[in-house]
Parts: sequence; structure tokens; C-alpha cells
Amino acid sequence: MSEQVLLAARGVRKSFGEVEVLKGIDLDVRQGQVVSLIGASGSGKTTFLRCVNLLEEHDHGDILLDGDPIGYRVEGGRRRRLSEAKVSAQRARIGMVFQSFNLFPHLTAEGNVMLGLTKVLGKGKAEAKDIAGQWLDRVGLGERRGYYPYQLSGGQQQRVAIARAVAMQPRLLLFDEVTSALDPELVSEVLGVMQKLAESGMTMLVVSHEMLFVRDVSHHVVFMDGGRVAQAGTPQEVFGNPESERLRGFLGRFHGLFGQAA
Amino acid sequence: MIQYYFDWGVIWRSWDKFAAALGLGLTLAVVSLAIGTVIGLAGAMARVYGSRWVAWPVWLYVEFIRNVPLLLLVFFIYFGLPEFGIYFLDKTQSFVLTLSLYAGAYMTEVFRGGLASVPRQYMEAAKAIGMRPWQRQRYVVLPVMFRITLPAVSNNLISLFKDTSLAAAIAIPELTFVARQINANTFRVMEAWLTASALYLVTCYVIAMLLRLVERRYASIR
Repeated sequence: MSEQVLLAARGVRKSFGEVEVLKGIDLDVRQGQVVSLIGASGSGKTTFLRCVNLLEEHDHGDILLDGDPIGYRVEGGRRRRLSEAKVSAQRARIGMVFQSFNLFPHLTAEGNVMLGLTKVLGKGKAEAKDIAGQWLDRVGLGERRGYYPYQLSGGQQQRVAIARAVAMQPRLLLFDEVTSALDPELVSEVLGVMQKLAESGMTMLVVSHEMLFVRDVSHHVVFMDGGRVAQAGTPQEVFGNPESERLRGFLGRFHGLFGQAA
Repeated sequence: MIQYYFDWGVIWRSWDKFAAALGLGLTLAVVSLAIGTVIGLAGAMARVYGSRWVAWPVWLYVEFIRNVPLLLLVFFIYFGLPEFGIYFLDKTQSFVLTLSLYAGAYMTEVFRGGLASVPRQYMEAAKAIGMRPWQRQRYVVLPVMFRITLPAVSNNLISLFKDTSLAAAIAIPELTFVARQINANTFRVMEAWLTASALYLVTCYVIAMLLRLVERRYASIR
């Protein structure tokens, strides 16, 4: 892979009180790549994702986006926390889609996509409406632009949430178990949208339990265990040659999906 | 049994007085609610986000107002302020000030509860698209909070309208005052008080219905 590294994590550590949740994460996401984080719940995947978007602050190590450290700047050899305004500006370069959609309940589908465009990127109403319409079309919800979240199914809400994130033209999109709260029959419509995004060259960091999606769409798979990266590689390497007992055990829970896992 | 003969003629002849009194009462309630909403918003923000030195005086204000009878507050401000050299308020302004402070205390509590019940996910979604702190408040948290608290605000408006009857105590010509005046001048006791009661009842009911419609219009969140 020759594409440049967009997101780099180096020795990222994070504790909640006494409990160390991330014990030194090293990870690269290259431009245009889809990198998937897999692992049991409690392995730190979601916490790591939230650190990337500064919804949590990491305690040690570096998270670099385009070479810039996320959340702090170095001044005279010491790291200093960035102001809220700077943090907000960094977040605007990273999109995030949540497990529970988190659409703004008082705004229509279109209003949800437009809000960041007008308030954060400073676009005019007409232009924002235009962009929102295009993205809602692309996720197959052009007809529903005037609907409020409570009038949409879970799958539709999640697609609006994806449109809201992509419309900001982020450098990187984060997906946090975005199909886990959906009824089984709605999962595929969301995965379909994600697959199209991946094919369009969007750089994505995905936490997911949808192993077929992970295997088929990812360029790179990272298996996390106990706050560490236990194994990382191409889908073929990780799924075809699970090195550790833990990974074999983890994949075994999805038995029937993979040849080796039993 | 005591014989009472109804004579509604007096009421008909004073109809314009009743209408003006009703209008005044409604105006007092709406203006006080508007000012009280601003106070309540500031008070709630101070209590939720402010330091102890801001939150504590607000707490004191809220508890003082909520635990002292409104009529006493009316007298306190109307008769008390001039003792401190504040003469420029006429009785209506004095009453509006009282009712606004009163409404403000209750609205502080309403909005404080509202802010606490705005789910954290909306805030995170606003962060994730890069909104700055005040933008998150202005465009996400407050609009959601207003919708959550709308029923409580409606109830407050109805309560405030009924509380305007206390303005009679300082001779502001609202409904209760006018009814008492007619009662005193004509001895039509039942007619005067029945009319006033009916006007309060119908007005409150109509306000409640209208606000129910508004609530339905904004019911975009469960």
C-alpha cells in the first residue's frame, strides 16, 4: 500500500478511573482504506473510536490526523490541551456515525444534514439544501427529506445519519457498531450504503460485528483484545490464519461463516 | 332557605369592564411568562453549567420564591421597594416585576429538569459534526429542551393567569378586582363572582386547548 497514512495511532492509552481500557494502541489508516476493528465487547474498540473523535480524551500516546496531533498541541516539549474551538474544528474533519443514530429529533432528515453545513462550514441555506438533497438521494432517502426522525425506521434513520456525516466531507469517517441497534432485516440497507461509500474511496474506520461485511469490504482488519491490538492484517490473514486462541475463540462465535472457525 | 333573586342586568351593563379586565389579566400573565422564561433560562444555565458561586445564589432565589406566598411577594415588592428608594414603578409594573420573578423561579426549575433530560447522544452528535459549545446549546440542546418542557410551560401560563387575580390586592383593575368592585357597588354578589369565575374557567380552558395544539405541532420527540 503506497497511499499516505491519514490517521496514525501511537501507543494510545486511556483509563476510566482505575481501569485501563486502552493499553497502547498502534494503528495506521491509509487514505482511501477501510479499516475494521473487531473484538469482544470491552476490548476497547469503541473507546478507541471515541478518542479519535475527541468524545473521550486519551491519556498517553498520539493520535495523528494528517500528521496533526488530535486534541493537543506541543509547546516547549509539553502537550497542552487545545481550546474547545480548535477541538471542534478537528472534529469537523472527522465524521462519526453512532450505534443509536443520534439524529436531532427536532429537525427533518434534510435539517439534520444541513445543520453542520450551515453552522459549521458556513454554507448558505440554498447550497446546504442542495448538498443535503444530493446525499439523501445517494442513501436512497431523497423522497423522505421532509420526514422527522420519529417518522423513519431505524435503518432509514441510520442512513440519514450517514448522509449527515458524509455531507461534511470529512477526511475520515468513523462507524461505531452502526448496525447493532437495528432489526436484522434493516441491517443490509445500511451495510449497502457503507459498501458504496467504501467503493467511492472514502477512508473509513469501522467497529462492527458484521463479520461478512468486515471480511468483504475491509482492506485491513484489527483484532483487539483487552485494550491491545492482538492481531492485524488483511482480512485473509486475520480470518484465514487466526494466530491466537482468543481470536479463534472470537471467530468461533460466528461459526458457519468461516471455514476455519469451528 | 335564603332567597336569592338573580339580576344579570348589572353584568351586561359592565361587560366592557369585564372584557378590559380579562385582557389586562392575560397581558399580565403573558408578559410575566415571557420575562420569566428569560430569567428561567439564565437561571437553569447557571445552575447546570455555572460554578458554585453562580449556582448557589440562583438556588437561594428559587427556594425563596417558591416557599413564600405570592401575595406576600406582591406586597413586599409593591410596598417594600419604595422604602429602598425605588419609586418609579407604578402598581402594574410592580406587579409584573413580582409575577416575572415568581415565574422565573418556577421556569428555572422547569428548564433545569429539561436540560438534564436532553439525552447525551444529541450533544455527542452535535460535537461529532464539529459544532462549537454555544452552537450545540443554541441549535441542539435548547430546541430539544423547549420541546420536552412545553407541557410544563403551558401549565405555568395557566397558573400565572389565575395568579393575576392577586393583583386585585393592589387595586389593579383585572378580573377579580372588577368583580369585587361591582359586588361592592351593586350588591349583586353571585352574578359578579359567577361571571368572573366563568371567565377564568373558559379562558384557562381555551388556553389549555390552544397550547395542546402547539404541543402536538412540536411533538417531534417522544
